[in-house]
Amino acid sequence: MNVLINGAPEIIPDGLTVAALVAHLDLGGGRLAVERNGEIVPRGRWESVPLADGDKLELVHFVGGG
Amino acid sequence: MERYSRQILFSGIGEAGQRRLLESRVTLIGCGALGGALAEMLARAGVGFIRLVDRDFIEWSNLNRQVLFTEADAEARMPKAIAAQNRLRAINSEIEVTGLVTDVNVDTVESLVAGADLVLDGTDNFETRYLVNDACVKAGIPWIYGAAVGAYGMTMTIVPGETPCLRCIFEEMPPVGTAQTCDTAGIILPIIQTVTAAQVSEALKLLTGQREKLRGTLLHIDLWDNSYRNVKLSAGSRNPECPCCGQRRFEFLAAAHEALALSLCGRNSVQIRPAKSVPLDFVELEARLVRVGSVRANEHLLVFRTDDHEMTLFRDGRAIVKGTSDVQAARGFYAKYVGS
Repeated sequence: MNVLINGAPEIIPDGLTVAALVAHLDLGGGRLAVERNGEIVPRGRWESVPLADGDKLELVHFVGGG
Repeated sequence: MERYSRQILFSGIGEAGQRRLLESRVTLIGCGALGGALAEMLARAGVGFIRLVDRDFIEWSNLNRQVLFTEADAEARMPKAIAAQNRLRAINSEIEVTGLVTDVNVDTVESLVAGADLVLDGTDNFETRYLVNDACVKAGIPWIYGAAVGAYGMTMTIVPGETPCLRCIFEEMPPVGTAQTCDTAGIILPIIQTVTAAQVSEALKLLTGQREKLRGTLLHIDLWDNSYRNVKLSAGSRNPECPCCGQRRFEFLAAAHEALALSLCGRNSVQIRPAKSVPLDFVELEARLVRVGSVRANEHLLVFRTDDHEMTLFRDGRAIVKGTSDVQAARGFYAKYVGS
């Protein structure tokens, strides 16, 4: 299916949950925040929130430097 | 007030806003790259009472981005909090600036933020940020998270009770060693200036009582990939199950007394903190250590070198042992030369 990730069009396998997408992209979920269609998806719900065609996703990498 | 005339002219501040700034109290946690840039902007803007907290000393590798410090500071290994305090007093002698050379930890964080109208994040690690989040949410003090690595940075303004807190968005602290740090991925000054400019803009709005002007987003920026993105945050973005602001379980504050020895991520250094803080007698210590290695001391710290290690000791008994990330080895080194 087609989704937008941080503004860029991406094709991802059908039927992924947020958790599965994070694993698919090999992003290391321990330091990531996910927004789906304008709503933050809390970490505890990543397994249960399915993605849909046309979703707009923001994946934000948490950094600690400074 | 002449010195503030141009920002008083700015309609967002005005004379009333300037007076509020001059009466404001800000605690700045960390005084390195982010912290130094934040501190300079706050001092020039005339924030009346600035408390700077930092546990570290200045090194040559800091000078590409830590704007308050000079070669002389690196040469003298000045504690960052003291060098920053001196620089800020030279920039603006009409405000009150206090530099504290201390570790922000379970034992100290609540007293360091107490009484502040606002806390600004200038630290360089996750752990301190989760502690600050707990302490500020508990006390109801707004704080502004900011962080950067490489050319990437992010910031978010936390107003307890109104906005999500750090744990609503990043519930768990990333495991040690899983994230890039400035010491592993490098850092360029422009991202520091970008993140801190956003933080201070939010600070000026908060301190002048204009919460309606707050950005209301998690802003994340990559200056190398030319990406400027906002994740919208509202009261509705708060996580009711958030352990911190949702359930008011302050797990980081409640953690058992932190490990007394802490590997400083990415720095090949370990910080040692004595169980009881006893002021060190540098004269006595220097006389003892000079027989087994080289010693350099100034009024704030003492640097002791052997063939294998370098240890910087602070007056409160804390030490940073360089050249190892092995906590046991560092503790052994400290015990051998300073005492256990």
